[in-house]
Amino acid sequence: MLYVQLRKKLSHFTLDVDFQVGNETVILFGPSGSGKTTILNCIAGLDAPDQGKIELNKVVLTKDKQLITSTPKRQVGYVFQDYALFPHKTILENIKYGSSDDSLINHLLTILKIDHLRSQYPHQISGGEKQRLALARALAAKPDVLLLDEPFSSLDERTKYECHSELLRLKQEWNIPIILVTHDSKEAEQLGDRILSIEKGKLE
Amino acid sequence: MNSSPLLLSLQTASIATLIVFVTGIALARLISRKLFPGKSIIESILLLPMVLPPTVIGFGLLYLFGNNGPIGQLLADWFGIQIVFSWLGVVIAAIVVSFPLMYQSASASFQNYDPQIEKAALTLGASRWKVFFTISFPLAWPGLLAGTVLTFARALGEFGATLMLAGYIPGKTDTIPLAIYFAVESGKMEEARLWVIVILILGFSSILWLNWWSKRNILSFRNSK
Repeated sequence: MLYVQLRKKLSHFTLDVDFQVGNETVILFGPSGSGKTTILNCIAGLDAPDQGKIELNKVVLTKDKQLITSTPKRQVGYVFQDYALFPHKTILENIKYGSSDDSLINHLLTILKIDHLRSQYPHQISGGEKQRLALARALAAKPDVLLLDEPFSSLDERTKYECHSELLRLKQEWNIPIILVTHDSKEAEQLGDRILSIEKGKLE
Repeated sequence: MNSSPLLLSLQTASIATLIVFVTGIALARLISRKLFPGKSIIESILLLPMVLPPTVIGFGLLYLFGNNGPIGQLLADWFGIQIVFSWLGVVIAAIVVSFPLMYQSASASFQNYDPQIEKAALTLGASRWKVFFTISFPLAWPGLLAGTVLTFARALGEFGATLMLAGYIPGKTDTIPLAIYFAVESGKMEEARLWVIVILILGFSSILWLNWWSKRNILSFRNSK
């Protein structure tokens, strides 16, 4: 269970949200610049709120401006919008960076269909493959919560659709809280158990 | 002609480069990505030796490290070390004049890749040190290497500040640039010419090697961003 309650002054408005996520997929839906990524960054410990509290499975991660648990110790899987793959490492090295569980790594490589790319570098693979690699890398570290920041926004329709069904399948298998940020309403309906609409920092 | 200026030059330039490599990278990594009040002032001070005449740097160093200077006196009292007219003076002068080159290259290299990459590494459980050595350093390496070569070349060629702080003491502080100057002064053109050729070869080959290396190793991922 992830509990998020935070207030943070951003340049044009104040972000003020309060929500809980169980073992389900919650969509943060809203226009660009409405504070969605800031929420994910606060959960990951890459940013801190002015006030509030973030708790994951009863462990306090953040209290007000203090990062009680540092980012490396949070067990938060984060798929960034541009994937943030390590360009100087091979696909396998990327996945292994946060994990030494070889059987899990092999499993992820297989179900995400990137097993044949092990020794390639990120610049040698397609957009959809990069997206799946970012997902595999995050999951290999056995996260307790998965954050996805517009992970499908740069993919073409067909690849996007394939990735959607993969995510739905992974969700069954992993059974952890997943927060997905998007501004695509079709995607929100397809993937979310629950949709939280956010506008100018407030949940509607 | 004795070979001591060559050995002394290589020795001091190597030690200065090593020190500047570590401090330049550390400071650049700490400062370059952060925004804080007074940042421009700190960076301007760090880069100042690049635009000042070497004599001004020499004057400043003489003031600080002189026998009656604030640092010079401390070093003399506590450790019995004298900087003026010593080999240490040569190293210090080389460090100060070459530092801005390393700092600037390193600072640019650390801003040359997506900062999200480091954040991703943190979320995967890596400590800040691990992130630095496995992500930041390798990604910045081409620029860091260029900075190192320039630092070495600059340290090797240092003249003005060295002369003011360390003087010209044959066998002790006579680096190649100083040897050239004093050879010409005393009319030994033959000796001066030889040292000029040595410096030309060293400078030319280091830049040639750097160009060759970076053409060959410009990491392919950079082109595909």
